[in-house]
Amino acid sequence: MPKRTDIQKILVIGSGPIVIGQAAEFDYSGTQACLALKEEGYQVVLINSNPATIMTDQAIADTVYIEPITLDFVTQILRKELPDAILPTLGGQTGLNMALELANSGLLAELDIELLGTKLSAIDQAEDRELFKNLMNQLNEPIPESAIAHSLDEAQTFVNETGYPVIIRPAFTLGGTGGGIAENPTQLETIVANGLSLSPVGQVLVEQSIAGYKEIEFEVMRDRNDNALVVCNMENFDPVGIHTGDSIVLAPVQTLSDREVQMLRDASLKIIRALKIEGGCNVQLALDPHSERYYIIEVNPRVSRSSALASKATGYPIAKMAAKIAIGLTLDEIHNPITGTTYAQFEPMLDYVVAKIPRWPFDKFNKGDRRLGTQMKATGEVMAIGRNIEEALLKAVRSLEIDTEHLIEPALTAVSDNDLVQRIIHPQDDRLFYLAEALRRGYSIQELAELTKIDLFFLDKLSHIVELEEQLRTDKGDIELLEIAKKNGFADSEIASLWQITTAQVRKLRQESGILPVYKMVDTCAAEFESQTPYYYATYEQENESIVTKKPSILVIGSGPIRIGQGVEFDYATVHCVQAIQKAGYEAIIMNSNPETVSTDFSISDKLYFEPLTLEDVLNVIDLEKPEGVIVQFGGQTAINLAEPLSENSVKILGTSVESLNRAEDRDLFDQLITELKIPQPVGATATNTPDAIEIAERIGYPVLIRPSFVLGGRAMEIVHTTEDLKHYMQEAVKVSDDHPVLIDRYLMGKECEVDAICDGHEVLIPGIMEHIERAGVHSGDSMAVYPPQNLTNQQKQTIVEYATKLCLALDCRGLLNIQFIIQNDEVYVIEVNPRASRTVPFLSKVTKIPMAQLATQLILGSTLAELKSPTGLLPAGPLIHVKAPVFSFSKLTRVDSLLGPEMKSTGEVMGTDVTMQKALYKAFEASGMHLPNHGNVLMTVTNQDKAQALELAKRFREVGYQILATPGTTQEFKAAGIPVRQVSKIAATSGELLDRIKAGQVQLVINTTGLNEAPQVSKDSIVIRQTAIEHGIPLLTSLDTTAAILTVLESQSLMTQPL
Amino acid sequence: MKRYLILEDGSVFSGFGFGAPTITTGEIVFNTGMSGYQETITDQSYNGQIITFTYPLIGNYGVNRDDFESITPTCKGVVVHEVPRLANNWRMNMSLDDFLKRKGIPGISGVDTRALTRRLRNKGTMKASIVDAADDHAFDQLKALVLPKNQVQQVSTAKPYPSPATGRNIVVVDFGLKHSILRELSKRNCNLTVLPYNATAEDILSLDPDGVMLTNGPGDPEDVPEAITMIQGIQGKVPIFGICLGHQLFALANGAETYKMKFGHRGFNHPVREVATNRIDFTSQNHGYAVAADSIDNDRLLVTHIEINDQTVEGLRHRQFPAFSVQFHPDAAPGPHDAVHLFDEFMDMIDDFNRREK
Repeated sequence: MPKRTDIQKILVIGSGPIVIGQAAEFDYSGTQACLALKEEGYQVVLINSNPATIMTDQAIADTVYIEPITLDFVTQILRKELPDAILPTLGGQTGLNMALELANSGLLAELDIELLGTKLSAIDQAEDRELFKNLMNQLNEPIPESAIAHSLDEAQTFVNETGYPVIIRPAFTLGGTGGGIAENPTQLETIVANGLSLSPVGQVLVEQSIAGYKEIEFEVMRDRNDNALVVCNMENFDPVGIHTGDSIVLAPVQTLSDREVQMLRDASLKIIRALKIEGGCNVQLALDPHSERYYIIEVNPRVSRSSALASKATGYPIAKMAAKIAIGLTLDEIHNPITGTTYAQFEPMLDYVVAKIPRWPFDKFNKGDRRLGTQMKATGEVMAIGRNIEEALLKAVRSLEIDTEHLIEPALTAVSDNDLVQRIIHPQDDRLFYLAEALRRGYSIQELAELTKIDLFFLDKLSHIVELEEQLRTDKGDIELLEIAKKNGFADSEIASLWQITTAQVRKLRQESGILPVYKMVDTCAAEFESQTPYYYATYEQENESIVTKKPSILVIGSGPIRIGQGVEFDYATVHCVQAIQKAGYEAIIMNSNPETVSTDFSISDKLYFEPLTLEDVLNVIDLEKPEGVIVQFGGQTAINLAEPLSENSVKILGTSVESLNRAEDRDLFDQLITELKIPQPVGATATNTPDAIEIAERIGYPVLIRPSFVLGGRAMEIVHTTEDLKHYMQEAVKVSDDHPVLIDRYLMGKECEVDAICDGHEVLIPGIMEHIERAGVHSGDSMAVYPPQNLTNQQKQTIVEYATKLCLALDCRGLLNIQFIIQNDEVYVIEVNPRASRTVPFLSKVTKIPMAQLATQLILGSTLAELKSPTGLLPAGPLIHVKAPVFSFSKLTRVDSLLGPEMKSTGEVMGTDVTMQKALYKAFEASGMHLPNHGNVLMTVTNQDKAQALELAKRFREVGYQILATPGTTQEFKAAGIPVRQVSKIAATSGELLDRIKAGQVQLVINTTGLNEAPQVSKDSIVIRQTAIEHGIPLLTSLDTTAAILTVLESQSLMTQPL
Repeated sequence: MKRYLILEDGSVFSGFGFGAPTITTGEIVFNTGMSGYQETITDQSYNGQIITFTYPLIGNYGVNRDDFESITPTCKGVVVHEVPRLANNWRMNMSLDDFLKRKGIPGISGVDTRALTRRLRNKGTMKASIVDAADDHAFDQLKALVLPKNQVQQVSTAKPYPSPATGRNIVVVDFGLKHSILRELSKRNCNLTVLPYNATAEDILSLDPDGVMLTNGPGDPEDVPEAITMIQGIQGKVPIFGICLGHQLFALANGAETYKMKFGHRGFNHPVREVATNRIDFTSQNHGYAVAADSIDNDRLLVTHIEINDQTVEGLRHRQFPAFSVQFHPDAAPGPHDAVHLFDEFMDMIDDFNRREK
């Protein structure tokens, strides 16, 4: 059926800022969708509040709005643009929810705007528990039985019908507090009684337990002619019980017979047909490991994280096809872009195994609750491809970039047997490593299966890996064994450690013995048809398929999995780098391990190697491709860390030299440089042990800023006020050694600014200066940033430009350089230099209209700013004001403290743009979900040193119509200053008036600041207040600077009421 | 034990032996299904063939008592990338290795099956052998090998047998039938009589059936001329449903021609369009021969189904008689159940015919 001609203009809703559960996968799907719609000749209007994405590049849609995805703003855009239709299924849950809100507001009917892809009724049927249950009953598809109980009797009646085990979930408690699994009447009695008392409405949900079932996913598609197909099926390594986003996943399914596969396929297709979805859909199923009984767990009537994974796992571009289907094309008339010869009406067949492992943030949030369950906690994921499970799994492990290249976590050898078993039964993010440790200790796979319900088939793969380790340890130098180990995914570094030789020696031995990787194509069809897809993975086999072309090539290293501190911004820069390389006439080759991103869309580069980003894996690709050079500036710390080892292996690093990179990153070399340049920096020194650290701190004076050298996103960085705290930090927070010193700096409490400079070695372009709203002490990634700066004097700007220029030239920078400054008492200090693309590159590129990553790439490839007729120096700013605001995922991470500090905690960002600072700020707050009504109650609990400033803010809150709530101490001070305050009693344990008011929704904003040197009870109370606010979705501010900013917004909105 | 797979074109793939340790020769083909190896290996249409599985892990869930498509499989060998050390599934009662040993079928693992598949895709199916030494002698033997032409005779039942039920009376002509065809008919309560491949029209008509099922089977349809005569003798007198080889024989009986495909269709992701409705089903397929589209006499036969990628003729219907056939397996096993409704259509055709006759 041909595409529709009755619609011309389509609005696409993006997914907004990156949060846990909704990440870069929607940049990938949204970008694909917009491009697909443009390709078909439609006019595309895009709304997305996230500036860090490729999707919000001007080239992706005809009109791009970086505005808050709220009813107000989308309404305004719809009225202005009057599109014929909206495509809401590619922007995650945000997109779908927005579509529902728009429909409910009556606007779609009023403006006669159609929803494409999935009809409202289908969204309701999939999302509403009751409607979903009805539909499944109609279709005769089983879902776990459940009932609501108000008493033990009611719960027992339910269990009498369904049998044990059952899951009990108290109603309206967050994070499943007070719930549990009951396997017998005694447990039922205890858990139900507890649940009923905890539930504010005295109600529990009793649900048939399917924990331990195999968790299976089907990615299905359907078009308006009712053609339907399965793109990919996947099996979770972890059985039902762990959120699929937190599960290790393998594709295709591994332990199901064809009869089981077809049974679940039938169910999935039946559901997508019943929902009449035109596009993609994800069906999650649970299969009993001991019978053919199965249940439908969940249906997502849209493109999802799993569909991004399925697209990369199979090569079948689901989002692109979904967009084409949405505008009326059918699967049998769209060509399969991989083969070019077959059609999209095709079920991919894999001839490899794909493993996905989530990437969790607990390396940064070491106090966070690491237990896995129904709430997703991972910020990103890695994918690896191999010809068997061992290979795929081990490649995935070393793609995680968690300081191990093998299924081994050295610290676990010290864990007691009891703890080991507990960690295996109650999984944390690192269970895979505990399982391997258990096998090394001689636990049998049967015992582990008993404890975990993980399929024996999978456990035997782990066992095989552990057995190979043992063999390697025994038969040192055995070449045949070396080959077997490589075929099973072992890294050279692991073999080296087992053989007690160097990694380089293993590599040499391997090369001499002809044990070299070959690269195989991902082609959707298991080689049945000829394909031209430039999408490859490495394995150890007979035939290599990756043909090196005559065209000179450049290799770009991507940024790996999304984690806090290294997000989608780096993928943005990577993609731009690739585009510039292609424009310069080279073949652009990309290596990356992240399935969620645009950079791993095979149509972006000339060649994609989906591989771990370790030295070994990168060198292997270089050995084959022999590129002109490697670009490491755009892949964040992942790529930059490879510069030196690659260079030691005679690989040419393009752009800023490795020597200069070291001068910027090595503390001592950097100190020398900055002293030579006479640029001020906070006084500081390096310590390798506690006594030295104390001595240094006392010398430069408290407070000091302390952090390990070579860190990412301010990991383990703290402001320390006392010797006591310093000792604690040195003992608990970091592993200090001669190789890993800590940096101790004088902490300057000033205004923070940053620039991203572009340099060709002779001239420097500074597209803009960004001013941070929060003072130094809050990590730059967690600060709100304003462009152009609002509070800098011309002299200060000039100094910043002067220092930036000096640093660029002194470092002989070719490409990008990020520099962070603090201004205190009119003195400008340099606090940090990153010789690479930073996270602000997409934001600044968008607001200054300078394609910074592309321009930098051109310089890296040898062009000059003069040749490119580029302006130099600081660019003049335009008339608009742009505010970048961080977005956090605290509600997903229990026990992670939301207090902002030198350690980065945000997962994403939004942007607000307008003609005044107040309006831009308002938009930034709205887009980040910080919505404040124009009156209400603000709860203020602040640390002593903040009281004076808080007082001023309290006055302003009173002026705009807010009531102040405060604890006794603060109340007294405020009252003394003539501010009316309602006193609330302090916290007693986890209850009390203060918390009750938050829980009851009587507080519209919580302001809480705390110092490191507070009494233990005070800081504990503080944590409870913050956690309660987050759990109840109350806006929380932990910086008075942010508070002042939000006040200016409130003030700008309120009209003056002044008595005569 | 190290073993070798050698091909007619001189290529050698090394690997490790599993299953029966015998030397084997046959025509090598590849199958792209990611599950269903038990059904595939026991499918008699693979008679005389060495099956390469493109999915690298084969044997994950073992072999169970339910999923057989024949009692004594007659494929000549199995080529895989890896057989797992441990298989696990609640229905399994033996490993793939044990099963192949019991059935005397050799296997070879550790093969770069993707490289092999690419070769077969480019050069077409060819003769191959699994041997202990890839020497000149082995290649000489391979070159001298003449592939048999009596494959259907080898796999068809020698004697008629019944599978009683109380519904419609169906004669199943066994050219190498898959059990799943009998399962589908049994599900519909059909009273079955299975006859050998060389049953004559008289043999069939003497049983006064309501319908005749022409099953799948191995090899070249032109090697079974007696079936062509038989079909010509029964069509018009009784409703006919042909599957796979049965489809090709039905075409030949009505003047069309068949040809050998380069590497055939073996897998279960083949999209097939029903011309009349535009409905597309994903179908399970296993055939090395196909009906030549340009040989079809449009006065006699109507093309009802085509494969959307290469336009292969996938279904035919007789213009005068109640008879139709499909190239694919509506009985699935392994593969999608998308086309299983064709068995219902056969039942409807029988009922219509009976109504009109009475």
